[in-house]
Amino acid sequence: MIPAAFSYARADSVDEAVALLAEHGDDAKLLAGGHSLLPLMKLRLATPSVLVDVGRLTELSFVRDDGDTLAIGGLTRHHDVEHDPLVHQYVPLLAAAAGEVGDPQVRHRGTLGGSLAHGDPASDLPAVVLALRGSIVVRGSGGERTIAADDFFRGFLETALAPDEVITEVRVPKTGDAGWAFEKFNRRAQDWAIVGVAAVGGDQPGVALVNMADTPVRAAAVEAALSSGASAADAAALAGDGDDPPSDLNASPDYRRHLARVLAGRALDTIAATGGAR
Amino acid sequence: MAAPTSDVPVAITVNGVTTAHEVESRTLLVHYLREVVGLTGTNIGCDSTSCGACTVLLDGESVKSCTVLAAQADGGAVTTIEGLADGETLHPMQAAFREHHGLQCGYCTPGMVMAAVSLAQEGIASNGSALTEDEVRIGLEGNLCRCTGYHNIVAAVVAGSAEMAQ
Amino acid sequence: MTTTFGAGSLVGVPVRRVEDPTLLRGEGTYIDNLDLPGALHLAFVRSPMAHAELTAVDASEARAMPGVVAVYSASDLDFPDHTGMMQLHPAVVRPALARDRVRFVGDAVAVVVAETKAQAVDAAEAVIVDYDPLPAATDMESALAPDAPIQFDAVGSNVLMGTREPADFDALAGAEVVVRGRFENQRLAVVPMEGAAIAVVPGDDGDGHELTVYLACQMPHSNRGAVATGFGIEPEKVRLIAPHVGGSFGAKHWIPEGIVAVRIARELGRPVKWVETRSENMVAMPHGRGQVQYIELGLRRDGTITGMRCRVVGDAGAYGGFGGMLAFGPTRMMSQGVYRIPKIGYDCAVALTNLAPMGAYRGAGRPEAAAMLERILDMAAAELGMDPVVIRRRNFLQPDEFPYSTVTGVTYDVGDYDAALTEALRIAGYDELRAEQAARRERGDVKQLGIGICAYVEITAGGTSSEYAEVEVHPDGSATVKAGTSAHGQGHATAYTQLVTSELGIPMERIEFVQSDTALVPRGGGTGGSRSLQIGGSAVLEASRGVLEQARSLAAELLEAAPEDIVLNDDGTLGVVGVPARAISWAEVATKASDDGLPLAVEHDFVQSGASFPFGAHVSVVEVDTETGRVEPIRHIAVDDCGRILNPMLVDGQVHGGLASGISQALWEEMVYDADGNPLTSTLAEYGIPSAAEFPTFEVAHTETPSPLNPLGAKGIGESATVGSTPAVQNAVVDALSHLGVRHVDMPCTPERVWRTIEHAKAGTLPDPWREPPAVFATLNVRERGTPKRTEADDIDL
Repeated sequence: MIPAAFSYARADSVDEAVALLAEHGDDAKLLAGGHSLLPLMKLRLATPSVLVDVGRLTELSFVRDDGDTLAIGGLTRHHDVEHDPLVHQYVPLLAAAAGEVGDPQVRHRGTLGGSLAHGDPASDLPAVVLALRGSIVVRGSGGERTIAADDFFRGFLETALAPDEVITEVRVPKTGDAGWAFEKFNRRAQDWAIVGVAAVGGDQPGVALVNMADTPVRAAAVEAALSSGASAADAAALAGDGDDPPSDLNASPDYRRHLARVLAGRALDTIAATGGAR
Repeated sequence: MAAPTSDVPVAITVNGVTTAHEVESRTLLVHYLREVVGLTGTNIGCDSTSCGACTVLLDGESVKSCTVLAAQADGGAVTTIEGLADGETLHPMQAAFREHHGLQCGYCTPGMVMAAVSLAQEGIASNGSALTEDEVRIGLEGNLCRCTGYHNIVAAVVAGSAEMAQ
Repeated sequence: MTTTFGAGSLVGVPVRRVEDPTLLRGEGTYIDNLDLPGALHLAFVRSPMAHAELTAVDASEARAMPGVVAVYSASDLDFPDHTGMMQLHPAVVRPALARDRVRFVGDAVAVVVAETKAQAVDAAEAVIVDYDPLPAATDMESALAPDAPIQFDAVGSNVLMGTREPADFDALAGAEVVVRGRFENQRLAVVPMEGAAIAVVPGDDGDGHELTVYLACQMPHSNRGAVATGFGIEPEKVRLIAPHVGGSFGAKHWIPEGIVAVRIARELGRPVKWVETRSENMVAMPHGRGQVQYIELGLRRDGTITGMRCRVVGDAGAYGGFGGMLAFGPTRMMSQGVYRIPKIGYDCAVALTNLAPMGAYRGAGRPEAAAMLERILDMAAAELGMDPVVIRRRNFLQPDEFPYSTVTGVTYDVGDYDAALTEALRIAGYDELRAEQAARRERGDVKQLGIGICAYVEITAGGTSSEYAEVEVHPDGSATVKAGTSAHGQGHATAYTQLVTSELGIPMERIEFVQSDTALVPRGGGTGGSRSLQIGGSAVLEASRGVLEQARSLAAELLEAAPEDIVLNDDGTLGVVGVPARAISWAEVATKASDDGLPLAVEHDFVQSGASFPFGAHVSVVEVDTETGRVEPIRHIAVDDCGRILNPMLVDGQVHGGLASGISQALWEEMVYDADGNPLTSTLAEYGIPSAAEFPTFEVAHTETPSPLNPLGAKGIGESATVGSTPAVQNAVVDALSHLGVRHVDMPCTPERVWRTIEHAKAGTLPDPWREPPAVFATLNVRERGTPKRTEADDIDL
């Protein structure tokens, strides 16, 4: 199908992108890899009148070692996150999850920043960044600010990003030798998760859920239980508690809650079995 | 600052040949290839970025050309199925598809072959060796075929990647 | 009738396809690739409502948009009605564009004609249509109720057709045990990778045609007939070409959009092109399957079947899609399967619903028959505490019983059902699998093993029994083979030239293959119902042999020998028996023919005396994750018997594709609508056709029981594996859970459905797999028993 007509501008710098966004307001959309936006536009479910292409801003594609954290450029493609040696070494959960987004062609185009900005609760990486207690660095007309992942996802496809802001960087703490697991449950390999669980162990365990609410969501009860010494099984049983998961063709809310518990259990078992070893 | 425009000039090297056209901003790469450049080997099989029939190489990597704007590919190099063979000699992946009966109606084939070439190249770049059956199956998750049940496609890609690794 | 082939024959050789280089280079001629200068593009405005009065179409804004040449609705131009493959009821008429009322989401109500595709799509969005919603019948069973919203007032109900057995016919009389099940055979989308497509070039082509139509289809000649009839043109004046077709699987025939395209091309005097988008394809291309089956099987306690009662609802969708009739035709016909079943009662009701029209999809009525029979047989085995293999063997028809007339009135040509099953079990390592299953149950593993069996027989070449071929040898020694079949991926160019080479010794690369063009091939039945090799291939074989006979006469003159002494040498020359030095080439013989003023060519119409009945046995092995309900197919063993195999590579390719389709029905695919008739699976993101990542490597083998009905000994293979695989996988899923008391899981066996079943089993709340069928069955007309009457549905190749 063919998108509705729009005007196109290529930004040569972040500042230019911000200025273009500011000028065109709600009519404008940022185009990174385009793998969240263009499919919607082709079905005419999205009809922005201006696209601001930031795809050439190679300065936003990087992985940087910042001591206790890794900083990953907003335009770093899933493929590059998946294969980057620093990500592999220091935040293997993120590398593994990036390798499960879509399919190879999608991973060659889709970007980390784009995935977060779209804010889809069914998307893999937002939950991963939540579980990792990452933060998102954005730049807009008002300058630069850093938003904790916990504060970033506001509602269904809705984030803390202002219309004129660009994600420049995603920061995730290194997870050291803590165990981790990414459990993605779907029917076909290329599908979105019906439910997913991203989990990392260590002193401050992080667990977040994919497709269990109208946003990617932290499994706070599971984390609290783990921190207070509960067994993996007991902690996992709290996954999805209080969440209001969606109902669709693939799963009812009941079934999603059940899956969250099972997958959380498997993730925590993996962490227990591999923590320190991988 | 660049003002947004409804048409954009693009220059894309397609199969080694420079092409340059002014196109509507909304022109998808696949439509650019098929309708502007006139290379119809790349087929369209869906409108949800699901089927992979339109897969081409953009700067050496597989992409679904239905989900890339021509403007995004501006300045890049695209290889389509028409650019794969060396004259009369089929590319090893094309030859493997024939040898292993990896195609029937042929509609998904150009995209399948291009996805396979990219997958094999990445596999070879990372470990120098041919793809395994499991790597091929998961690596082709984004390409749908309704004729072959994939059995022979998988065999073809394993063999084709081995030939490419030589 | 089966003949033998000589030493130089390529019969049985996995010759690589001659079709491939073109396709592999991206030179396919799919309709969207045709370069038709000046062609206009169409975009359809489709109904978003399942059932509504169409009150107004306002195209004023659209007509003013850039590039728009015209916008038409039914009131703007007289379009002939669409009669489709068959009209099931005289009062059920489908207009090419909806008039007054829309009857399913996707029903076309208007069309935009524009200079470019993008302009057409843009303008289609600007057409304003007013609808007055009507209640919709979206479930085939409730559609049959007296108070259901009626689609065609003139029919008086949604019961499009239906018959029942006489009240005194009791198929279950004398049974010691009766097992009962209600099974859903879900609606599927066909999803050929290329959607529907047409291009029309109006006007005199300088070659006696006033209209040229390029259509993605399976049956060019009958589709040409539809064009000619619809527009009142002599068929000879219409040229219809099927170029490369991107898959069809039973779905590509004459279409309402084609009527619109032809009408507009003639109206405007310009070429017109339309290629369906996938979003359109999901809702507008006819779907397949769609039955609810109420099955009761009577047995003795030793497992011997005494009779079966079937009450089957078929969903015809909107406008009485002919696929609804498959419940009446092939599903009934094949309901006896591979077993001795002394009595079968078969009541059937076909429903009009406000969903997409139903058509044919790979198997077309036979998978539904195999699914219900194999499912109920497993339920019987569980009831009687028997192994599924044992109960099947107890009831198999035996090899010495063929030809065998079934109680449903068809004659099976040949069969050795236990041979296929035995081979499949051997490959599977059945006993070891059962041991592994027992061990997992013993350990209480999360992942339980399921082993599913299916023994099936299906019908191929059941309709048009004749096919055309011509073989001609040219003075340069090359040859042309023309066929009335119309391959769209099957590999006929390879198979048929392989046959000609085998008969005439002319190298394959010197043989041109011609098909799918009514200007070049005088007649043909097309490809469908797995008919092509057995009928079309036999025509090619006989035409080749006719050419050889002609050649022997000509060679006899040239070599001054008796025709009966002329032989075809291994090197492809014609010589005199016992005199190796005297030999001439095909070129010399063909030149002589040409000099004599006669082409060296033979046309042959092969007529097969009846349908053939391929059979086989499949074993599916699945793992069921009992915590999540996820089913993973880990092995699939298919032993299919299509008679003598011409090209094993092509045959296996057909099996692989059939397996994917069949397994996918069991596990993944379903066309889902909500209660208002809105499609919920209208893109490939929601409608889950599987990728390579979802399948194991298939284990394929064959038994070869030649059909006596044709000289090749061939039976169809295009659909067999679809028929055999679905029940095997479904049975495997149920088998994995049978120790929990589970006796049935409907398809597709989705994770949630399987999980819920397990939860019910644990809670002791498993639902009864049986309930009484809808009341409509008691009201149907009583069918005459005695000699079964062939119906129109029996005569159709799908």
